Amino acid sequence: MLNQLTLSQLTQKLASSEISARQIVESCLAQIGRVDGKIHAFLSYNAEDALAQADAADKALAAGATHAEKPLLGLPIGIKDVIAVKDQPLQCGSKILGNFISPYNATVIEKLKNAGAIVFGRLNMDEFAMGSSTENSAFGLTRNPWDITRIPGGSSGGSAAAVAADECIATLGSDTGGSIRQPAALCGCVGLKPTYGRVSRYGLVAFASSLDQIGPFTKDVRDAAILLSVISGQDTADSTSIPQAVPDYSATLTGDIKGLKLGLAKEYMIGGLDREVSAAMQAAVKQYEKLGAEIVEISLPHTDYAVATYYIIATAEASANLARFDGIRYCARVDGADPLELYSKTRGAGFGPEVKRRIILGTYVLSSGYYDAYYLRAQKVRTLIRQDFLNAFEKVDAVLTPTTPTAAFKAGEKTDDPLQMYLSDIFTISCNLAGICGISIPGGFTQSPKLPIGLQLLGKPFGEETILKLAHAYERSTVWHGERPGMLN
Amino acid sequence: MGELYSFAMPTDVDVKYVAHLARLELTPDEEEKFGAQIKNILGYIEKLKELDVTQIEPTAHAVPLVNVFRHDVCRPSISNEDAMRNAPAKANGLFVVPKIVE
Repeated sequence: MLNQLTLSQLTQKLASSEISARQIVESCLAQIGRVDGKIHAFLSYNAEDALAQADAADKALAAGATHAEKPLLGLPIGIKDVIAVKDQPLQCGSKILGNFISPYNATVIEKLKNAGAIVFGRLNMDEFAMGSSTENSAFGLTRNPWDITRIPGGSSGGSAAAVAADECIATLGSDTGGSIRQPAALCGCVGLKPTYGRVSRYGLVAFASSLDQIGPFTKDVRDAAILLSVISGQDTADSTSIPQAVPDYSATLTGDIKGLKLGLAKEYMIGGLDREVSAAMQAAVKQYEKLGAEIVEISLPHTDYAVATYYIIATAEASANLARFDGIRYCARVDGADPLELYSKTRGAGFGPEVKRRIILGTYVLSSGYYDAYYLRAQKVRTLIRQDFLNAFEKVDAVLTPTTPTAAFKAGEKTDDPLQMYLSDIFTISCNLAGICGISIPGGFTQSPKLPIGLQLLGKPFGEETILKLAHAYERSTVWHGERPGMLN
Repeated sequence: MGELYSFAMPTDVDVKYVAHLARLELTPDEEEKFGAQIKNILGYIEKLKELDVTQIEPTAHAVPLVNVFRHDVCRPSISNEDAMRNAPAKANGLFVVPKIVE
């Protein structure tokens, strides 16, 4: 079953001609045929196109191409439906884009293709990446492979579920307030949000431009390092990408973390933390001590203000970014007597409830008379939250937290109470506000039902090497990442 | 009035007016539902006024980059055909829109 293997395992088998890229894609397609009717991770995929890309990779391998030059040669990578792939559909989980076909490739897609990857499929998501459960997709729920009555997390729920269900080897998602790390935690895979500016956002449909980053979902930490090395780097098409050299992230995975300092924030020991999540966290702390890391208590005093700050800044930016969906140059247009009526009707018919709610909130906090009280104040609190982390990182190399307060919740459980849904992002949101990096890794399971628990490591700006090293050392000393959902057996 | 006291109390949001600003048509049901939910969210957001931020600089985004320029030279762009590919209504390589001026 090639679809169950990792990028690094498949690379070895391809390099020794033991298998072909076509066999890998066929294995993924067969798995999609078996399980995606229940999971619904994919909105669409083009099997013929994927096989043609695989054949081209096999030809290149036969002609002597190596993975030293093209690290992802012959390996299929699934794409969240918010990243532009030329000539493929792009809907952002929304009805408003109609039958939009991308006229160009996002920079990360160009980088994947240059690295030889097979760019494959459109993965389900909360509409315009707004949500924590993938229930806000206009095209139906994605189910958690560990329990199909539960949500996979969000907004990149399809990207997480596809990896967890072995439908794809690795995928890309986007993270604005936890949309990679939270679904990775709830589905039991690895998800990494890079430092703001590490990865180009060109071709990523903007939700909140000062918070959005693209990142990988993988089956293990090594694969996350491999994929991050491919997609990182400055891009002239994104003026917020940073001119900083891209290391070979997998070179840092030595297993030796002796002397590294790991912070525990006392503000993260909150009341709403599930008992089993809390126990997994304590076990992880012990494990890290055993591996030679030094545990240091730290304080992030403005933690309690992060969710409120986020929902002002993110909705304000979203209300401006989503103004472009007006029915003039693209979109499923609803006609009106004048342009104003056309805009209002097109947007009223095309956007779903959560997107409308956030546009209203974002427009309100930016509107005349409220800007200073809400938006400007939130930007100032953002400074305090960022400063909390910069202060902490003078004492520690990374911060260890649970990724989410609970394991995956039931579909429908929080849909009527947006504020409760927002509060489930409490551990992931500060990372985006501060612009730092974070990774979620499997850290255990709840007992009954058996559901994954995620651990999060937060690192300094451009501290990806350190969090990957710490994540890898934990992973190889524990068994969690090797477990597979019961429905797959 | 000091900044500490300028925070608006969570009053009823005029959803109809804000939706007009956002060029977003809502049904009466949506107006009512969003009004109640947003009032609830704004009530939660009130906690930000506990902090004194008078001496704090705002953060627009977390990266210390300013004024990133590129050289002012021509470079390839997408073709007219590609740009028009997803147009809901088009003619002669242009987007068709409702009449704006009488």
